[in-house]
Amino acid sequence: MVAIEQDRKVTQLKTAAMTETTDTPTEHHVDLAVPGYHGQEVELGRETVGNVRCDNAFMVAENVNVYYGDNHAIRDVTLEIGKKQVVALIGPSGCGKSTFLRCLNRMNDTIETARVTGNILLDGTDIYSKQQDPVALRARVGIVFQKPNPFPKSIYDNVAYGPRIHGLAGDRSELDGIVHSSLERAGLLKEVKDRLEEPGTSLSGGQQQRLCIARTIAVNPEVILMDEPCSALDPIATARIEDLMDELCEDYAIVIVTHSMQQAARVSRRVAYFHLGYLVEVDDTDKVFTNPQHKLTEDYITGRIG
Amino acid sequence: MSTELTTRQKVEAGLARRRRKEFTFRLVGMFATAVGILFLVIFFATLLGKGSSAFSQTFLQLNVEFNEDVLAPNGELDLIYADFDGLIRTALLNELPDVSGRGERRELYRLVSIGAGYQIQEMIAQNSELMGTTQSIWVPVSANVDMLMKGNIDASLDESLRPLSDWQIGWINKLDQAGRLDKKFNTALFTNGDSREPELAGIKGATMGSFFMLVVTIALSFPIGVAAAIYLEEFAPKNRWSDLIEVNINNLAAVPSIVFGLLGLAVFINWMALPRSAPLVGGLVLTLLTLPVIIIASRAAIKAVPPSIREAALGLGASQMQVVFHHVLPLAMPGMLTGAIIGMSRALGESAPLLMIGMIAFVVDVPGSFTDPSTALPVQIYLWADSPERAFAERTSAAIIVLLGFLLLMNLTAVIIRKRMERKW
Repeated sequence: MVAIEQDRKVTQLKTAAMTETTDTPTEHHVDLAVPGYHGQEVELGRETVGNVRCDNAFMVAENVNVYYGDNHAIRDVTLEIGKKQVVALIGPSGCGKSTFLRCLNRMNDTIETARVTGNILLDGTDIYSKQQDPVALRARVGIVFQKPNPFPKSIYDNVAYGPRIHGLAGDRSELDGIVHSSLERAGLLKEVKDRLEEPGTSLSGGQQQRLCIARTIAVNPEVILMDEPCSALDPIATARIEDLMDELCEDYAIVIVTHSMQQAARVSRRVAYFHLGYLVEVDDTDKVFTNPQHKLTEDYITGRIG
Repeated sequence: MSTELTTRQKVEAGLARRRRKEFTFRLVGMFATAVGILFLVIFFATLLGKGSSAFSQTFLQLNVEFNEDVLAPNGELDLIYADFDGLIRTALLNELPDVSGRGERRELYRLVSIGAGYQIQEMIAQNSELMGTTQSIWVPVSANVDMLMKGNIDASLDESLRPLSDWQIGWINKLDQAGRLDKKFNTALFTNGDSREPELAGIKGATMGSFFMLVVTIALSFPIGVAAAIYLEEFAPKNRWSDLIEVNINNLAAVPSIVFGLLGLAVFINWMALPRSAPLVGGLVLTLLTLPVIIIASRAAIKAVPPSIREAALGLGASQMQVVFHHVLPLAMPGMLTGAIIGMSRALGESAPLLMIGMIAFVVDVPGSFTDPSTALPVQIYLWADSPERAFAERTSAAIIVLLGFLLLMNLTAVIIRKRMERKW
């Protein structure tokens, strides 16, 4: 019975992939979510469509698998992230983009059941090797979260925290300099320079998120990870953050998870489409959005999945 | 259309019943609250009614001649063996010259507290120039006289049914009419240790005992409790062992306090040979008692710190330790302190475990260190409540008022600390 049903789905999918489908998007999604869907692995996951490689690769993920206990959240993902490049991770909820992002600076270490296999290289060294201290790694790979999460301290202390714990500033004036330049680059200095001693939590949502970005770049990382940084912000604040990303990518590699296809199209050089833990398609942004190679990518960006 | 109407009708039909239920529930709630408040009011009213009189004490004004022949029988001041009581007796006889005969005199002398002699002794010790002069001083009267003045002894009863004789009551009335008796603030209650004489008994010894114990308790239980809570919450792996530890800590919080007293007796006194009746041991026992409370409260406070703060710090490259000490701990501190103070007020009110380690002894001296024998406020209350003298009854209530005052103060501190630190963060 189960076998027959699986067979039916396989045929359904194959036909769906070959011809213009009449399936409703929800049906499609439900079909893929059925456990025991291994028949499709080759077709869907093993070979990512497009081009996972890039010139000047700075961060390389090779055959990464992530398990949360028994849940296989990321399946065999290979992806390169170039220097001074914005890579957008898109895909429906629960597809593993945030999980993948959090692998890149080992934030998944804090989840006890999480297990990561495969290699992730940062500038040629394996970040999951025993010699790698996650603390040192996170100073090189910063992260900005979905919800603005400033520390309940002053604006100054928020930005100064990273440099302080890593001992980046020799004296107070140097620290002042780091704080000011970080706020400046995050586009926040004008708004807050007269109230650096006020709590960071007193700022508006958009300002708080820029404060978090300033806090991240104060450590001078090499890669910035952004986990849906604009999902809690209004369009104006979002536009400011997007402008900011444009500027920041001149110095940093940026990986951004986003639910907004428009945002991905606006800010990123390359787009990676995730589906149920598989990396389905990776390519240059304009290619993916104008001429997606994979059926699932097309369905997603045309709004049939999601 | 018709279904819409029936839905509406159904709702309206049940509405009265729902409202009635809500009304009944409110009524029950109000009744329950009222009962609680009523008992609280009765409790405080009786306590204040019984205890407030203990804060005043009757004093007798006497013109005492600091007779050199008595104070320095061999030409030299004898501060230890001089007949200070004799000076008081002479002064009393001068006041009431009609008293004659040994029996009568003995009864007269009993009007004044034995503390009067010590008062003279102290005065002379502080200022030897008083020798040879006559001073008008106020000395405490005995507890029975005090009770009569406060209306707690019925003078109209038959002589055999009351502790004061007809003669004594006559003299008291005479002195009272002469304006020689007056009620003053009962400082002895706060400056003296325990005593067999109610008019000399005070809570200073017990208060100091409680204070030393709480110092030991807070110094041990807060750091240990907070450290345990941080380790269990932030560092310990979550497995069967940590579950087991958690269950056991929760169980410890519910263990009857007297069991901790027995444990303290076995471990601290019998095995470690620490002194009996000492605040040190009391504090150790109360530490055991309050540790689970503090650990549970601290863990709850740590759990309440939003995970986003932890992630933010970790994402910047803070180590686990830095995350805890820079971010989690400051945010959890108000909750931890509140837990600690509530644990302390529980410790302050405990008497059962202290009975086991010998802190129920009759201790006259005010303890000056952690190893001096002492008692504690709740134990002192228990001791006085057990005494037959009428005057101890009001002192029991007074001691309870003082204890409640301390508890109120501590809980108030907890509230203030929480409010203030919450505002800061």
